[in-house]
Amino acid sequence: MNLKGKDIISIKDFSKKEINSILKFSKKMIPYAKGEKFTNILQGKVLSTLFFEPSTRTRLSFESSMNRLGGRVIGFADPISTSQKKGESLSDTIRMADSYSDVIVIRHPQEGAARLAAEFSEGPVLNAGDGAGRHPTQCLLDLFTILTEKKAIENNNVVLLGDLKYGRTVHSLAYALALYGAELTFVSPNSLKMPKEVSEECKDLGVEPKYTSNLEKAIKDADVLYVTRIQRERFPDAEEYNRVVGIYKIDNELLKYANDDLIIMHPLPRVTEIDPEVDKTKHAVYFKQAFNGVPVRMALLSSVLGGEL
Amino acid sequence: MKELKIQPIKNGTVIDHITAGNAVKVLHILGITKSSSFIVSVAMNVKSKLGKKDIVKVENRELDPHEVDKIALVAPKASINIIRDYNVVEKHRVELPDEIIGIVSCSNPTCISNANEPVKSRFIVINKDPTRIKCYYCEREPEEISERII
Repeated sequence: MNLKGKDIISIKDFSKKEINSILKFSKKMIPYAKGEKFTNILQGKVLSTLFFEPSTRTRLSFESSMNRLGGRVIGFADPISTSQKKGESLSDTIRMADSYSDVIVIRHPQEGAARLAAEFSEGPVLNAGDGAGRHPTQCLLDLFTILTEKKAIENNNVVLLGDLKYGRTVHSLAYALALYGAELTFVSPNSLKMPKEVSEECKDLGVEPKYTSNLEKAIKDADVLYVTRIQRERFPDAEEYNRVVGIYKIDNELLKYANDDLIIMHPLPRVTEIDPEVDKTKHAVYFKQAFNGVPVRMALLSSVLGGEL
Repeated sequence: MKELKIQPIKNGTVIDHITAGNAVKVLHILGITKSSSFIVSVAMNVKSKLGKKDIVKVENRELDPHEVDKIALVAPKASINIIRDYNVVEKHRVELPDEIIGIVSCSNPTCISNANEPVKSRFIVINKDPTRIKCYYCEREPEEISERII
């Protein structure tokens, strides 16, 4: 599979075969991501990180990935220090960043921003989250985590929990899991239900998701519990946010209902939805999941820039 | 004798079987406005075998049938008839193209295509009957397409 020069905008741009190939390459990257082995396959290449919205894990793991591959990083983590403040259009910012670097990673508050960026950039563009839209590299690292922890993606019953309406990671993930034929259960407060078009897409792929608001019941048959934060910044008003925040909480009491080999994932940051007491249990894999961002993003950066190990 | 509501035209294009009430939207999509120089007749809510329909007749102008395909967004059953010397020389049922560019605005207020960027709105047709389109940029599907015509 050749991804050289390809944009990574949406998980839907990839076939299952292509995803498998990226996951396989990601596995090869693990010792390099841990600093146990060294490589300079992207020496002389420059990455622009354009973060118009806050990020910790995504930005740091992209920067770590590029550095681990021998490349260099330029960019900003705060649009206040850029010409966007002076009214510059995104397309102009992209043209400029494209001329300064070989690959662009962008996070932007507006849906479709990465797709637009790809139109104006000659070099590849990687979407690091566009508003409530897509976050394909998170989706790939989530799949990679399930694959490494459960040895396969298919045949798992995956419970997606929390903010399924505004949470961009769960939309891409539901689609990708359906592509693999995994069972899906959506658990959320009524006002934060998974959008209809996402479940329609799953059905088109032959997977009929179950909807429930009862977490105790859903967790009994779960192989993977994917927890999301109720995101204050995506709510139109504070009243609606206050009504639903804290409605679900994962703690050791709840885990009494769980299978022995249940894994708990979370894209992080978490606030109150997972009690810190869960961190010490064998179920918790969310910090491993965060680490997995590095090998997966190393594989993606290498692939789109034509680097080979 | 059957009385015609609007006279036949000698040369030009007749767009027939437009969904009743949508003739003005069809003209808008085709860019036919008061500054256009040719004569246009519009009949609305005309009785037909299948209920009511609208008809548009454009005199002395042969519209490219494929250019007209985009009106399928608001008039999926329309037909295009090219008229020469009072005879129909070409007939074509509209069919939605695979992409709709610059005609419909995205219903998502935070879609980048609604920001001040130098791009036209762009939709991918995911189903032709019933019509379903999704924004190329944000992937949302507008529910009421006819209300989103720019």
